[in-house]
Amino acid sequence: MTLTEFIFGRLDWNAIPYDPIVQLTFVAVALGGIALVGALTYFKLWGYLWNEWFTSVDHKKIGIMYMILGLVMLLRGFADAIMMRVQQAIAFNGSEGYLNAHHYDQIFTAHGVIMIFFVAMPWVTGLMNYVVPLQIGARDVSFPFLNNFSFWMTAGGAIITMISLFIGEYGQTGWLAFPPLSGIGASPYVGVDYYIWGLQVAGVGTTLSGINLLVTIIKMRAPGMTMMKMPIFTWTSLCTNVLIVASFPVLTVVLVLLSLDRYVGTNFFTNDLGGNPMMYVNLIWIWGHPEVYILILPLFGVFSEVVSTFTGKRLFGYTSMVYATVVITVLSYLVWLHHFFTMGSGASVNSFFGITTMIISIPTGAKIFNWLFTMYKGRIRFELPMMWTVAFMLTFTVGGMTGVLLAVPPADFVLHNSLFLIAHFHNVIIGGVVFGLFAAINFWWPKAFGFKLDPFWGKVSFWGWVVGFWVAFTPLYVLGLMGVTRRLRTFDDPSLQIWFQIAAVGAGIIAIGIGAFLIQIAVSIWKRDQLRDFTGDPWGGRTLEWATSSPPPDYNFAFTPVAHDVDAWHDMKARNYQRPTAGFAEIHMPRGTGAGVILSALAVICGFALVWYIWWLAALSFIGIVGYAIYHTFDNDRDYYIPVDEVIETERKREAQLASLKA
Amino acid sequence: MKSLRFAAIASLLFLASCKAVVLSPSGDIAAQQRDLLLLSTGLMLLIIVPVMALVVFFAWKYRASNREAEYDPEWHHSTRLELVIWSAPLLIIICLGALTWVGTHLLDPYRKLDRISADKAIEAEYTPLRVQVVSMDWKWLFIYPEYGFATVNELAAPVDRPIEFSLTSTSVMNAFYIPAMAGMIYSMPAMETKLNGVFNNEGVYDGFSSHYSGHGFSGMRFKAHALDQAGFDQWVADVRASDAALDRAEYLELEKPSEHVPPTRFGTVDADLYHAILNFCVESGKMCMDEMMALDRQGGMGIAGIMNVTALTHDKYARRGTVLGNAPITVDAFCTVLDSERMYGAAETEVVHPKAATPIRGHALAQPAMSLTPTFTLLRTPRGAEAL
Repeated sequence: MTLTEFIFGRLDWNAIPYDPIVQLTFVAVALGGIALVGALTYFKLWGYLWNEWFTSVDHKKIGIMYMILGLVMLLRGFADAIMMRVQQAIAFNGSEGYLNAHHYDQIFTAHGVIMIFFVAMPWVTGLMNYVVPLQIGARDVSFPFLNNFSFWMTAGGAIITMISLFIGEYGQTGWLAFPPLSGIGASPYVGVDYYIWGLQVAGVGTTLSGINLLVTIIKMRAPGMTMMKMPIFTWTSLCTNVLIVASFPVLTVVLVLLSLDRYVGTNFFTNDLGGNPMMYVNLIWIWGHPEVYILILPLFGVFSEVVSTFTGKRLFGYTSMVYATVVITVLSYLVWLHHFFTMGSGASVNSFFGITTMIISIPTGAKIFNWLFTMYKGRIRFELPMMWTVAFMLTFTVGGMTGVLLAVPPADFVLHNSLFLIAHFHNVIIGGVVFGLFAAINFWWPKAFGFKLDPFWGKVSFWGWVVGFWVAFTPLYVLGLMGVTRRLRTFDDPSLQIWFQIAAVGAGIIAIGIGAFLIQIAVSIWKRDQLRDFTGDPWGGRTLEWATSSPPPDYNFAFTPVAHDVDAWHDMKARNYQRPTAGFAEIHMPRGTGAGVILSALAVICGFALVWYIWWLAALSFIGIVGYAIYHTFDNDRDYYIPVDEVIETERKREAQLASLKA
Repeated sequence: MKSLRFAAIASLLFLASCKAVVLSPSGDIAAQQRDLLLLSTGLMLLIIVPVMALVVFFAWKYRASNREAEYDPEWHHSTRLELVIWSAPLLIIICLGALTWVGTHLLDPYRKLDRISADKAIEAEYTPLRVQVVSMDWKWLFIYPEYGFATVNELAAPVDRPIEFSLTSTSVMNAFYIPAMAGMIYSMPAMETKLNGVFNNEGVYDGFSSHYSGHGFSGMRFKAHALDQAGFDQWVADVRASDAALDRAEYLELEKPSEHVPPTRFGTVDADLYHAILNFCVESGKMCMDEMMALDRQGGMGIAGIMNVTALTHDKYARRGTVLGNAPITVDAFCTVLDSERMYGAAETEVVHPKAATPIRGHALAQPAMSLTPTFTLLRTPRGAEAL
């Protein structure tokens, strides 16, 4: 081993991609980054960012940071999607398209990984982080520092994944990295290692955040809020976090086994010497299927809140909604094999998993009916969140239907791996998770920032997404029935081209939806004074988060509210609740710390070093992580009191605000 | 109702016109899978259509501007409705579940066919056309054991003759899919899967890998020719006429990654090649996995097993040692395949099961009845099978 090899491992100049597309992206990102850093420095914002955001343990700020992370990564993941659509639209009649296999295969792998782990997960986690403590009348989560640490680990995983774009390569294995393709034999370079360490670092964050929210919901509910009086969003969050805690360790373990195969030559998933790749496929889907429900359940909660708020009506069938959620939670562990009916399991095994999968559609169907009958005899205001909800109900049912279809093994034998499958899961993930997130963002934005989002650009974004989705994915359903399968880079049959071209147009329309969403945010900030809401309850909300000001004070509630009903705030309003104006006390709060940022930065360095075989750096940063974590446990300066005068002042201002509304 | 049926047929025709092969296949298995697909869709539409219609209707009727509509903000429970919304999907799932159970068993790819097509019965004791399929980086190898020849990226079969595919893979997973004939099945290294199918119409159909397997994946396509008996006989004669022979050495050449491989024919093929591919022992000197498993079943080789290995130098095109691990190894064969053939002749090797397969304590101890000699012999055996 030469000195250079010792210092840099296998990192050398060949790691810089020679692909002009990547180089141009790098230049753009570098220039953008320099501009951003310059602006932050010029406006002297570093201190503000560090003190008020990066080191904050406030669940609201962490929630917002999660949402920003998800948004940034959405742009990356969507750029991948557009590139794939363009490639598939032009690679006909002997044309190789504009992407070679090495680049194209990285793109579809990165698209899947980024969209699931670094867009959907941060958005869902961010949402739960922001809303759940408010909804249960708590001041923060159970473990505020852990929350900050979790966020930074998720961000760290995203950073490792993003580095792969400019240094080295990403995996070319598909988003679940099945061995033997992801083994050291077929994928000897750094792509799969970036995949592994990106997910491992982010996985720590997700698991810890799952534990945190689980404990928060169980231990920190307002007095009177029994389990069956929890808002539905809190219920679905609870179930999601149960799923996270029970399934992410499986992902961690399976990735550890894969890394052992790749780094130390064990044979868990090799073809030779007793290894069996099927074990990986089973294990990763034992995590992977619950993961789907981790994503969708909280959004089911969002739709429940939105429907009952905008119909001005109590949610129909609260109890059956809760049971449906719990049943889905349990059943989601009994269906993983439906992802590989075609790998040669026997007919009885396939039937069993096919039927358990279909059974999940019963509680899901019950939920749809519950929303439907909440609308019945309601008075529906078609604000943006409600529009997203109706679009969801129409889109998701189709996705659910094609899903049950794929659960019938003989049908799956002809549709598995086809573009029909791709259309199906985009139908449920975009139609369910993404539509739900936009409903949620439009719904809770005024709570987080004190002004509503601009409805005009919101509607442009809405129609862009809804129309774009159908234009982009209907052709994929058709192509699937024409026997066209996924992940292909070039095509022989020229008659397929038109469908791919339509799909590319659809992706373009979705791009308009995303662009309009960014404009919507910018315009809303610009016109925030016109869109301002002082009530703290702009939609006629029903749950506790609407009881406090918008944005809520650091401590959320000066007095812990008492819940008497499922719709606690609706109940309080109906009984002419009066805000307490006296008797304030100082409030005990957790203090911010930079430990999360530091630990995550060390984890990123450690991951990077492991990817490139820079052993000294990996060892050093690992010791650093353990050492700093121990050091941090001796930091006893973890809390502070908001002085009573400050509380009184904040509450007095709020009182004045509300009084000015009445006047 | 009539208009509904018309719409269904029209949309089917539309899809068929754009070559929706999944909906208009040319093989009986795929046709039955299609039938089940359509039937399930129909069953689900029973509930999906009313739900979607109700969503639109309620959204329109109970819009805030419609002050005529009833508004009952506290109405949130109805036992009767709850019963309906849980039992209606349940009933449909019971039907669909029954359909699934029966359909999955009848259309199990491992199951022998019980008809040639809807209007053509099958003989009770039929001999299917056996084809051994090997997915390689990035091409398909088809071995016809009956005829003793092999082809690459070219498949042919007589119409209305059942085909039984046995599939495996050389290095990574693929999925074997001829949409016109039958559903897909994975081909996986060191494992074997089966697929039974039949072509009912003459024609040339697309076949390909439907599971991503690396850079050459998009080019892993072949044509499947469904021929009449005379055409097939002619094809057999043509392939046989090829001078190329696929022996172990040739196979190791073929195994190297290549893309967009044109159809290639080998007039003769080693009889036990498929077995060797499946058991990872095409290279001479490497113990076949079935031998290894048979050994392990008898208690394993004990400490001798640790010695009986050779550094792996050429397993696969890019198999490299892991950075922190030992150099990769392979388990040595006791004797080369040639030796084995010399000893046993062409007869099928009989697997001899010991009287008691349970080891006494720990896997390393020999059965009392068995002599310890083989172990010692092994220890003294020179490394490398060539030396034998």
